[in-house]
Amino acid sequence: MPTLLDFRRRIRSVKNTQQITRAMKFVAAARLRRAQESALAARPYAQELAKMLRSIMGRIDEPQHPLLAVRPEERVLVIVLTGERGLAGAFNTNILKKANEVFRANQGKKLSVIPVGKKGRDSLKRAGFEFPAEFINVLAKVEFSTAREIATLVTELYTKEAIDAVYIVFSEFKSVISANLAVQKLLPVEKMEAVEGESRTDYIYEQPVEKLLDRLLPRYVETTVLRAMLESSASEYAARMTAMESATKNAGEVIQGLTLHMNKVRQAAITREIIEIVSGASSTA
Amino acid sequence: MSAGAIQLVIVTPERQLLSQSVSEVTLPGADGELGVLPGHAPLITELGIGELRYKEAGGAASEPIAVIRGFTEVLPDRVTVLAETAERPEEIDIERAKKALERAEKRIAAGPGTQDIDWDRATASLQRALVRIKVAEYAPRKRSVAVPGH
Repeated sequence: MPTLLDFRRRIRSVKNTQQITRAMKFVAAARLRRAQESALAARPYAQELAKMLRSIMGRIDEPQHPLLAVRPEERVLVIVLTGERGLAGAFNTNILKKANEVFRANQGKKLSVIPVGKKGRDSLKRAGFEFPAEFINVLAKVEFSTAREIATLVTELYTKEAIDAVYIVFSEFKSVISANLAVQKLLPVEKMEAVEGESRTDYIYEQPVEKLLDRLLPRYVETTVLRAMLESSASEYAARMTAMESATKNAGEVIQGLTLHMNKVRQAAITREIIEIVSGASSTA
Repeated sequence: MSAGAIQLVIVTPERQLLSQSVSEVTLPGADGELGVLPGHAPLITELGIGELRYKEAGGAASEPIAVIRGFTEVLPDRVTVLAETAERPEEIDIERAKKALERAEKRIAAGPGTQDIDWDRATASLQRALVRIKVAEYAPRKRSVAVPGH
């Protein structure tokens, strides 16, 4: 039978945990806001770039470029974006599950993986994957230079024909309570058709279109990686916020239950004492 | 819309720097400077390293913006600048730019053909540093106030 003191101790310990989870929730909320803002701020560039690329691709009958070259997919590279840390609910597990699906779909082919984020790195390493490269501690503050580094690496591998396709697995931020696990083909860059409603303007091209295409495509790959990183970072904070919020709530419930029990034990002890006093008094009387 | 204005939009991968109605834009094109007035023919060009200037619809000339590579789409009533980097004078870290300039000068002084020198990269970083320093000079001078004891 736990004593009153045991209850007090446990309540205090749960309260401490609750304080931590609450603090983590607020931190995640603040970071989420910032991550959301930067994801939003990156959107105009990506949209304009895609528009320009579409316009240029539309102008060339058979665009020829190493990054557009489609080869039979025999060697597949998968970039997996996870979080750096746990305590974010099922965030990391879900991404790794999705990555596993991709691995299974490409069974029999030569697979290589580039993990971004510590959690994914650790888990995939345990699974026995070898990495051509890994990127750790880059998601807390997403920077364009990191996206560029990743993009340059994979485009190089692709142009050297060391790999035939690149996929990127990440969590797309939808809202605080929902995220969408996305698998996006990064390379070869898929041919883009003019979007309906977008006027097909006849541009003057200062440089030859092929040269512009050559400059635009790497930028496009970089931007796609950047977007994936920003989305992933936002959904990680959202997942952590939600997880910490429910942890705080659960801690509250545990405290309530414990307090109830403690009071019952206390009540029982008081009742017993009274009975002892009363029976003692009546026996001497 | 000949007498109209141009909507100038400057975006980088990380943010939107500017969206404003202007009457004239000068861009650092990859093949030379490029002046754009309202009603310009549609054009797409690569950008080099240089300063971008514009005149506000009211007529006042703007402070320059340091632009480092990218692309521009010009439409009769709209100019979209997709820059890899775009900085206003007050955003430039002048000390860093000066250090970069020194480094680049040293590497270039070693001469082409020297081992381990990527000539294109060295000249590009020299250009970047020069543009940054030049643009930074337009920043409002508040440094002596911001750093007491200077």
